[in-house]
Amino acid sequence: MDNLTAFSYDLRKKVVEMIIEGKGGHIGGDMSVIDILITLYFKQMNISPENMDDPNRDRFVLSKGHSVEAYYAVLAAKGFFSMEDVIANFSKFGSKYIGHPNNKLPGIEMNSGSLGHGLPVCIGMALAGKMDTRDYRVYTVMGDGELAEGSVWEGAMAAGHYKLDNLCAVIDRNRLQISGSTEDVMHHDSQIERWQSFGWHVIDVKNGNSIDELDAAFNEAKATKGQPSLVLANTVKGCGSKVMENVASWHHHVPTEEEAKQIFADFEERREACI
Amino acid sequence: MNKIPNRQAICEVLMDKVKTDKDIVVLCSDSRGSASMTPFANEYPDNFVEVGIAEQNLVSISAGLAKCGKKPFAASPACFLSTRSYEQAKVDCAYSNTNVTLIGISGGISYGALGMSHHSAQDIAAMSAIPNMRVYLPSDRFQTACLIENLLQDEKPAYLRVGRNPVEDVYKEGNVPFEMDKATVLCEGTDVAIIACGEMVKPSLDAAKLLKEQCISATVIDMYCVKPLDKDAVIKAAQNAKAVITVEEHAPFGGLGSMVSQVVAAECPKRVINMTLPDAPVITGTSKEVFDYYGLNAKGIADKAVELVKNV
Ligand SMILES: Cc1ncc(C[n+]2csc(CCOP(=O)(O)OP(=O)(O)O)c2C)c(N)n1
Ligand SMILES: [Mg+2]
Repeated sequence: MDNLTAFSYDLRKKVVEMIIEGKGGHIGGDMSVIDILITLYFKQMNISPENMDDPNRDRFVLSKGHSVEAYYAVLAAKGFFSMEDVIANFSKFGSKYIGHPNNKLPGIEMNSGSLGHGLPVCIGMALAGKMDTRDYRVYTVMGDGELAEGSVWEGAMAAGHYKLDNLCAVIDRNRLQISGSTEDVMHHDSQIERWQSFGWHVIDVKNGNSIDELDAAFNEAKATKGQPSLVLANTVKGCGSKVMENVASWHHHVPTEEEAKQIFADFEERREACI
Repeated sequence: MNKIPNRQAICEVLMDKVKTDKDIVVLCSDSRGSASMTPFANEYPDNFVEVGIAEQNLVSISAGLAKCGKKPFAASPACFLSTRSYEQAKVDCAYSNTNVTLIGISGGISYGALGMSHHSAQDIAAMSAIPNMRVYLPSDRFQTACLIENLLQDEKPAYLRVGRNPVEDVYKEGNVPFEMDKATVLCEGTDVAIIACGEMVKPSLDAAKLLKEQCISATVIDMYCVKPLDKDAVIKAAQNAKAVITVEEHAPFGGLGSMVSQVVAAECPKRVINMTLPDAPVITGTSKEVFDYYGLNAKGIADKAVELVKNV
């Protein structure tokens, strides 16, 4: 996979197909998070279908579990299951491809869906790594709206306290949640100062949909010792098509035929532009 | 009278086992003292995690540890553990199937006069309603120790409730009949079957002695495994008796009484009376005063049995 940016548009297309086929899904957050997932799974983490029993594998928890369609697309691309199977069966009666991550599926460590769990769970994983002096790293991705959950800050506190430098949390800072702008729903800024005050090393990624910028940020996190790292990925909700970008109502919306046509055309145009 | 509370028995087993099993981890939420875990924390600091007053974090961190091969025991007051971190228990422990043992300390009305914020009279109902969550209320320190040893043998989540105060021994040291997930039959009779859990087992056994004096024979069952409930033991006891009494330190709904009633109604219909705490904040007092007030003592249980046997 040389051109991961081009590849991201291929996967975006799969996500949209999945959502149309399953008649539901959290499309906006899928589009903002997918570059983060691609960077982690294709450039950073040592996770593959072959090493899922290896105690030294890196650990990942998708705390914003509603972005499961993007997660499925990336896991399928990594070979954990078949892309055709997940697109054909997502959300259907009796399907194993549930609308939130489930660890009965290969590649998935923890069940999520209720926001505010991923970071504290990852702290347990990171503590276990320290106890066993293993050098795996632990990653989680949270939404920015998710940060209103108190449990996130219990985790922020504990990770700072225990100086978990094997832990890296990512915020998909797309500035939108269901009801609209995060700043209107519950004022956020400055996340940088908030996390720093909890003892974290904060890496502010200007374009959180740039795989190169994300990759550099994860490298910096890896090199940071004595404290956990936070990657504040400034993303665009709905990233990839002007139909969806920065529109709150696309948090969960199934594209109409008309919209899908435009979305696929936009993906194709951007894909072409980067090769 | 025994002076060792069940929580201390847990600590003693874990301190013994951790010598050879370095994956055992104890977690507390500013609760190591009340959990009797201070000796463990002092002697095995590398196997102890303090999370501060953050019960949600306590449970999620435990799940993460378990997912990476550790055997976490998270001890926190039952009132907070079973309600504040209920969702973490549901999603991160039960649903994700992680090997976490949740230890609800100072359970039921142990905290006496501290009031309803500190009582956990809903924990059996709440925890039992979660698929893949097991619920245990051991009756004395010896059974508690057996239970912990058995829980170390499997890799599934469980919720365990123990009280704050030492309770009289039900069993004798070195002679504890115990089979995992099987109730212990303490005595057998043909008039009434008394099925109890946790701190209510001992008064139920004492009630059977009072009943004997009145020529009423009682079966007494220690149903420490509230979930999975030992249905066979319930059915057998109910079939052999005229009526059934359940006794528990819990609200009237969704606890041992509800579960036993379901089984009896479906399998061998008989009258079942549930002796419980009221559906209200309990009266102020020490736990003994409160139990006495609501008839949750040997005499109260025996009186209820006499009344019941007379009317069947
Ligand atoms: C505890 C909990 N409360 C509410 C929800 C419902 N919910 C799903 S997504 C969402 C909005 C999330 O916004 P954000 O974290 O910003 O995610 P993103 O924008 O990346 O989709 C809400 C409220 C939930 N899944 N979990
Ligand atoms: Mg958002």
